[in-house]
Amino acid sequence: MQLFPCPFCGPRDETEFHYGGDAGNARPDGADVPIDRWADYLYLRTNPKGTAREIWVHMNCGEFFVMERDTVTHKVLSSAALGGEHVA
Amino acid sequence: MTASRLATGGSAIDRSRLIRFSFDGTTVQGFAGDTIASALLAGDVAVVGRSFKYHRPRGIWGAGVEEPNALVDIGGSRATPNTRATTEPARDGLVAKSVNATPSALADRNAFLDRFARFIPAAFYYKTFMWPDWHRFEPRIRAMAGLGTVDADWTSPGMADQINHHCDVLVVGAGPAGLAAARLASGAGLTVTLVDDQQSPGGSLGHRAAEIDGKPAAVWVKETIAGLAAGGHLILPSTTAFGIYDHNLVGLNQRHLDGRPDTLWRVRPRQIVLATGAIERPLPFANNDLPGIMSADAALAYLRRHAVLVGRRIIVAANNDSAYEVAGALAEVGAEVRLVDIRRDGTPAAAANVRLIKGRSLASASGKLRVDGVTLDDGTRFDADCVVVSGGWTPTIHLFGQAKGKLAWSDARAAFLPGEPVGGIAVVGAAAGAVSLSEVFAGVEKAFAGKENAATPRSTGPEATDGILPAWPMPGSKGRIWIDYQNDVTVKDVELAARENFVSVEHLKRYTTLGMATDQGKTSNLPGLALMAGITGRTVPEVGTTTYRPPFTPVPLASFAGARVGELMAPVRRLPLENVHRASGAVFQEYGGWLRPAHYGGNADAERSIADEARRARQSVALFDGSTLGKIEVIGPQAAAFVDFLYYNTMSTLKPGRCRYGFMLSENGVVFDDGVLVRLDEHRFIVSCSSSHVAAVHARLEEWRQDRFGRSAVYIHNATPDMATLTVSGPNARKLLEKLHLGLSLDDADLPHMAIGHGTYAGDEVRIARVSFTGDRSYEISIRADHAEPLWAHLREAGQALDAIVIGLEALMILRAEKGFIVIGKDTDGTTLPHDLGVHGPRAKRKTEFVGRRSLFTEEASRDNRMQLVGLAVPQGEAPLPTGAHGIKRIDGRLRSQGFVTSSYQSPTLGRPVALGLIERGATRHGETIDIQYLGKISKATITAPCAFDPAGDRLHA
Ligand SMILES: [Zn+2]
Repeated sequence: MQLFPCPFCGPRDETEFHYGGDAGNARPDGADVPIDRWADYLYLRTNPKGTAREIWVHMNCGEFFVMERDTVTHKVLSSAALGGEHVA
Repeated sequence: MTASRLATGGSAIDRSRLIRFSFDGTTVQGFAGDTIASALLAGDVAVVGRSFKYHRPRGIWGAGVEEPNALVDIGGSRATPNTRATTEPARDGLVAKSVNATPSALADRNAFLDRFARFIPAAFYYKTFMWPDWHRFEPRIRAMAGLGTVDADWTSPGMADQINHHCDVLVVGAGPAGLAAARLASGAGLTVTLVDDQQSPGGSLGHRAAEIDGKPAAVWVKETIAGLAAGGHLILPSTTAFGIYDHNLVGLNQRHLDGRPDTLWRVRPRQIVLATGAIERPLPFANNDLPGIMSADAALAYLRRHAVLVGRRIIVAANNDSAYEVAGALAEVGAEVRLVDIRRDGTPAAAANVRLIKGRSLASASGKLRVDGVTLDDGTRFDADCVVVSGGWTPTIHLFGQAKGKLAWSDARAAFLPGEPVGGIAVVGAAAGAVSLSEVFAGVEKAFAGKENAATPRSTGPEATDGILPAWPMPGSKGRIWIDYQNDVTVKDVELAARENFVSVEHLKRYTTLGMATDQGKTSNLPGLALMAGITGRTVPEVGTTTYRPPFTPVPLASFAGARVGELMAPVRRLPLENVHRASGAVFQEYGGWLRPAHYGGNADAERSIADEARRARQSVALFDGSTLGKIEVIGPQAAAFVDFLYYNTMSTLKPGRCRYGFMLSENGVVFDDGVLVRLDEHRFIVSCSSSHVAAVHARLEEWRQDRFGRSAVYIHNATPDMATLTVSGPNARKLLEKLHLGLSLDDADLPHMAIGHGTYAGDEVRIARVSFTGDRSYEISIRADHAEPLWAHLREAGQALDAIVIGLEALMILRAEKGFIVIGKDTDGTTLPHDLGVHGPRAKRKTEFVGRRSLFTEEASRDNRMQLVGLAVPQGEAPLPTGAHGIKRIDGRLRSQGFVTSSYQSPTLGRPVALGLIERGATRHGETIDIQYLGKISKATITAPCAFDPAGDRLHA
């Protein structure tokens, strides 16, 4: 089991976290967003081998944050709150 | 008489404490400190089990975790199948039974199978019983094969403890390497946890001759352990490190002698030291699986720890130096010992009373239920009652392999050693290929401290040597040579696999089941790989190893379950007034994670109680505990913009003090939740989401708050458990409420439908919301949860004069279905969009952004044959439709679904069934009669509007 650094609580067991999706998957607003763009936002994931930037939430404290980790080695590279208020 | 207990000696046993236990129905005697295996050996029980496939008689092979043969089912209160007799402590009154044997290991009635062995090679069953269908044969074949049996009457001895633990250094193995590492770590000021799978520490020092720092090994072990304990370090005997997981989490299985279930430890060390030792390999010769043939090191362990001499006329067969000490020790206590060494040159000197035969190997062993002699490769035959063998040593690098450590082949050791280091993990001692104690201690010093250290122990006694000449199983060998004892894999099976081109190590494993038994091939994997290498003309490293996976030894499932058993598997949420409802005869059920009254009036005639509650609720007034309703507060300068974005409906136009019903959608447009939003003031709302969705809605609010609006724009507080909500509903609801004098005007002008008011009850603030899930005039009174009981009692007492009825959730479901009110997830599915439920307005009119918006304008969302919410009426006198029944139509003679029934009840008020459904184009088909199919039976139903009762809504204001 991995240890993830919650920017608010510090290192915690992976079972306390939920995965939230790719970081940087910005939401396009509007009823007229091109449908391909909207489908990308909804369904297309980058699934990189190696370094990935992902959104996670620590269920215990409710902190949503961006975590960089290596999908091959499971090494955690960085983690920071969405608004940048906390960095672990 | 062959194996026996000596009159003196045995460092592990306490002769003053006699132990009696039962094995296959006969009584076995032992001493405290015996394992089941050592006691069986002392009692000269040769046959302790039957093999997996051929039901061959099998005896004890080893003295530790690697044991492939001596598996026993432990009965009684701590029943466990397939326990290794070599590691299970003998206990007074214990009941053990051999595995795969009926009625006993000695007289197994399936023993005849072995005579057909040449007809049942690897994969025989799969090839033979393919036609007509493997599953026809499988049950009987499975019943004949296999090892232990699960006790059907087993009951849990209680919850298994799970402990999370941190330390600087976790040392796995308390042999010389582990003890030295622990001592160095302790000296460096680090916190140490030392685990060992034996009852007492020392590892090989418990039975191999050694002297450390000028002291006998046993004294040095005792002093080192005492020093660690005095330093406050944690020492866990009878504990196996069974797995290394991500980020170097180590799982430990701790066994207890006092009957408690095993404890699971999850350890997060900064540094792991693997001092896990090495496991002795068998030698390949025909019938090398006969009882009485065992590991040489195990024979020495039984002699020195348990004072058990394994035979009188003993053949020691070896290809390396380690067996020489064994031969000498066995001869010293009076056994007649011949040492057969495959090496011609470079052998150490044998003890004077050992007859050494150099340059010869065993060709075969003979005997029926136990070995009675051996034949050498030159045809010489010797009688023997025991054969102890050493085919070399396989370092225990399982944990290193699990941590993704790469292995490196060593010709000098004829074994895989740890290769490139893995971060945070050091491998020392025999696990790293060290042989002599000096090598062991130098390795610890190097791996652990990095430089010379005064605290490093020094070997001052005899030093072990290796000198191995590999003796792998060879292709084309005569006779039946066992490689995997536990899964009955022979040289011929590996040859067959190679002939059929299963030459990759992973294929070899799966085709022959080599290494797939409960021992996971601890003694057999390497010989199997080497044989495959020999057959295919490759080197052992070219063949490679299979993947190492946890657990190293079996771990009880109860350990992983821990506290998550029974009710705690998925704990229910409970109402503050649960006990009050119980006292009123409520029957509880779980609804969306909450334990709630389904109905009152006890279990007898539940259906009538429910109908009665639903009917009387319409007649006068009903009381209902709605405390599970979500109460999530949204506060802040951007609260209005926030709820606008979260809801499908525009919410910012809501006036303070008013409520509005609305949907929350997912980004794919699907309706995720419905409920009422309350606006308390300009910047404060309460999201009253559905009971089962509170956690999910809360998480979603937090996500958008942090991801889109910012922490200072909105603040979110889930107050659901803080407040109880008591609902008063029915034509006389206002009359009842007036009797409570809550200090606010209940006049409809002041508190109209979809408005809130504030009052007080017994000094507590109460919030009253006029919202209705029944279609009748309703008041939801929210009060702090811990003060709800007097209010509920007061409501009930005041209600008596009005013939009030307390209703459960089942009656409420009928009332809301009569009104066509939906339950998300019941009357909707994962494709339902808001306009499918008849709510078109926001989709058509909203100009501002909201979650799911773009998805409402796709081709899919605009399809004209979408499934839409409808009511379904059955012909006069018919029973309610079954929920889940499909509306069907025929297209080209084939049945096709056109939707399904989502809710269906008998309405006591209307005197007929009411139902809701999702039906294709349903909104435009009111009045049409369709076929409904359920379990092959077809009936009729007429499509109607969802609302079957008071469609004009007059009763809300009555
Ligand atoms: Zn946190």
